[in-house]
Amino acid sequence: MATFKEFRNKVKPNWCPGCGDFSVQASIQRAAANVGLEPEDLAVISGIGCSGRISGYINSYGFHGIHGRVLPIAQGVKMANKNLKVIASGGDGDGFAIGMGHTVHAIRRNLDITYIVMDNQIYGLTKGQTSPRSEKGFKTKSTPEGSIESAVNVMEMALSAGATFVAQSFSSDLKELTSLIEQGINHEGFSLINVFSPCVTYNKVNTYDWFKENLVSLDDIEGYDSSDRKKAMATLMEHNSLVKGLIYQNTEQKSYQDLIHGYADHALKDSELNLDKGKFDNLVKEFM
Amino acid sequence: MVEQLSWKVGGQQGEGIESTGEIFAITLNRLGYYLYGYRHFSSRIKGGHTNNKIRVSTEKVRSIADDLDILVAFDQETIDVNAHELHSKGIVLADAKFNPTLPEGVDVTLYSVPFTEIATDLGTSLMKNMVAVGASSAIMNLKCEVFRDVVEEIFSRKGEQVVAKNMEAIVKGAEYVREQDKGNLHQMELAEADGKKRMFMIGNDAIAMGFLAGGCRFMAAYPITPASEIMEYMIKKLPEFGGTVIQTEDEIAAATMSIGANYAGVRTITASAGPGLSLMMESIGLAGITETPLVIVDTQRGGPSTGLPTKQEQSDLMAMIYGTHGEIPKVVMAPSTVQEAFNDAVEALNIAEEYQVPVILLSDLQLSLGKQTVEPLEYDNIEVRRGKLDEHPDLPELDKGEYFKRYQVTEDGVSPRILPGTKNGIFHVTGVEHDETGKPSELASNRKNQMDKRLRKLKKLPEVFPTPVQIDARYEEADVLFVGFNSTRGAIEEAKGRLEEEGYKVNHAHIRLIHPFPAKEVKALVDQAKKVIVVENNATAQLANIIKMNVGSQEKMESILQYDGTPFLPGQIHQRSKELL
Ligand SMILES: Cc1ncc(C[n+]2csc(CCOP(=O)(O)OP(=O)(O)O)c2C)c(N)n1
Ligand code: SF4
Ligand SMILES: [Mg+2]
Repeated sequence: MATFKEFRNKVKPNWCPGCGDFSVQASIQRAAANVGLEPEDLAVISGIGCSGRISGYINSYGFHGIHGRVLPIAQGVKMANKNLKVIASGGDGDGFAIGMGHTVHAIRRNLDITYIVMDNQIYGLTKGQTSPRSEKGFKTKSTPEGSIESAVNVMEMALSAGATFVAQSFSSDLKELTSLIEQGINHEGFSLINVFSPCVTYNKVNTYDWFKENLVSLDDIEGYDSSDRKKAMATLMEHNSLVKGLIYQNTEQKSYQDLIHGYADHALKDSELNLDKGKFDNLVKEFM
Repeated sequence: MVEQLSWKVGGQQGEGIESTGEIFAITLNRLGYYLYGYRHFSSRIKGGHTNNKIRVSTEKVRSIADDLDILVAFDQETIDVNAHELHSKGIVLADAKFNPTLPEGVDVTLYSVPFTEIATDLGTSLMKNMVAVGASSAIMNLKCEVFRDVVEEIFSRKGEQVVAKNMEAIVKGAEYVREQDKGNLHQMELAEADGKKRMFMIGNDAIAMGFLAGGCRFMAAYPITPASEIMEYMIKKLPEFGGTVIQTEDEIAAATMSIGANYAGVRTITASAGPGLSLMMESIGLAGITETPLVIVDTQRGGPSTGLPTKQEQSDLMAMIYGTHGEIPKVVMAPSTVQEAFNDAVEALNIAEEYQVPVILLSDLQLSLGKQTVEPLEYDNIEVRRGKLDEHPDLPELDKGEYFKRYQVTEDGVSPRILPGTKNGIFHVTGVEHDETGKPSELASNRKNQMDKRLRKLKKLPEVFPTPVQIDARYEEADVLFVGFNSTRGAIEEAKGRLEEEGYKVNHAHIRLIHPFPAKEVKALVDQAKKVIVVENNATAQLANIIKMNVGSQEKMESILQYDGTPFLPGQIHQRSKELL
């Protein structure tokens, strides 16, 4: 059985010291080991951004794609080989700006993959511009007078889009984050885990301290029931989505691959590629 | 008695024009005639003039006819728009309902036939298309019974009575025309065909069938004209083979999902037209640098932007060859017949895996949608080759934290490939420049090694590619060499024949492997000709420019261009080449 150490490789991350993404990396490594994966069972697909580098820092199969397209690539991998555990990950710009269209549709599609967003409310890699997750009034290089757009409320958006697993966490809370990733991996469907992962270099507002002060743990809300979608929505609205924990999970909805008509039992990559003559002749006859 | 004729049915879109053409054409195809169809349609579902022109012949035909013998009109607009195509002995069969008249100066025979009335008397005006089929059969002196098979296939679900009524409509239509005989019925009596069984299909059907036969088991795509039939066929057929299609949210998702699936080992394709291809450009570069096999069909239509979405054009050539930023190895193939489209679809899958590159299978609207008779596609031509992919390797344990050399520098540039999930095979993939294990690297020496390795992969392709150019060159010293690609082949062949009858020595080269360009073959042919005429459906002579770039000989090169949305007719090429010769 692989331990989290087996999920380490020799590449030294080029993240700034103190960057929240380190903990996300560690949590994925621990969660993968905890659910009993071997490194070759896991494919980490990532987007472009500081966060996107994560697939190169985990000893597993990894695909570092293009900006905003992590989800379609990850879904393609899962479609080809359903025996792989697929984790998609990237930044808030990657998933909620350029890739937002894919995010909404991946949620609706409900393929069995785990999507971890390292949400720092800023564009880190391009050196500090506003993100769709930046709060109104947030001053950045690209919004010197403060952002005049509303931040997208992704947790509410995910619930509205029909998500079957929605969670949020904070990179300081390694234990909770690891546990949520494990639950996400085990969830049979699309799981979205938004992680507040502070950018210590460009975001001087949403800092570790800020999150410690402002985040409400769902564990502390009496009687919170993550299977109650209405309650989940109400709680998010009440706390402006500044909550952490498992927000919502629907264990009844089947995953996309379980619903495909005629879909192979085996991984699609193991399909027989050659057509037998009889079948081919039938195809030809249909046009005669 | 005639060996061939050209028949056209027209009316308002959504009025049954399609089914009239289908019943007529499928029946003739089964009788052993060769057919070649051309659909004129607009980008709307109901309303708007639409027509379907079908050439029927006892011998192989691969192009639209210059003129028209029979025009079936369901409205006056059809006559006004199309009557000028009829030659002097032409016949119009028009629904008496709209009191058809011939435009001034058009001297042809008009049969006003009560299509709608006869049909209504039999029960429903919907059968007016059957009456029209019957009327047409009388002109060609075909027995009404020949349509029974097809009528039964379409209507037997609805019961025997419906079949009988539809057959009656055909008979009534034929009888009516025979009674009206204006002395020219026998002129268009069609010579008997050989009765051989052949396929009747559009290029998109053949492309899709090729993918299926070539082992494609997954498709990710977004609907667009004129590519959608490929997706529709795959949706219908893939479940039988355990596979499936995802209709994605856009073409960027279609291309990147295909990349993910190909990376993980399933032969995956996507298909689109210009607007979709424009969206896929960044993804194509990703496939290039990550050396992930990727097959994309581009069914060209009128551009730019939404352009002429339902019209013929060949203007994506440069974009397909050069599209994506940076430099990658990429293959662009352009089949010129339905048969070739099938073979090239199989081959595109093989080449994508053997060379680990993106492959664009280029088609155009006329090839993709022109329905035509095709000799039965051959099983023996199907072959699955996956190159250096090892699906079940037995790999030695890697040193801790080390990666498999997925991008190993090799002599031919192609590296060993394994799939995610393989034990002891972990490697990284990134669109960032990387070293042999896939780890990002900005080292100058590594950059050069990896870039050279990638670009080296296709160096030999023009030599090993079977028939990179379709050559019909009988003359050592030709007056002219015609060059084209995709669907213009048939029209060029016919124009060539006419010029030869007039004493010209004409060679013809149809480029099948567009990129990397088969410069050696083409140069030899160019050298053999006094003049080179490049025939293409675009305004900027894209293929001619590619030839000039690769072969030179600017001084010999002439272009025949057409970018009004219509495919070439043989007569147009014939006429315009004579102006150049
Ligand atoms: C198509 C495209 N547009 C723009 C960029 C430049 N770019 C790279 S990362 C990035 C945004 C990064 O922000 P985020 O996704 O939040 O990731 P972070 O760096 O904060 O982790 C941008 C705009 C790109 N790589 N590709
Ligand atoms: S810039 Fe911000 S997000 Fe990027 S590595 Fe540094 S701290 Fe992390
Ligand atoms: Mg960010």
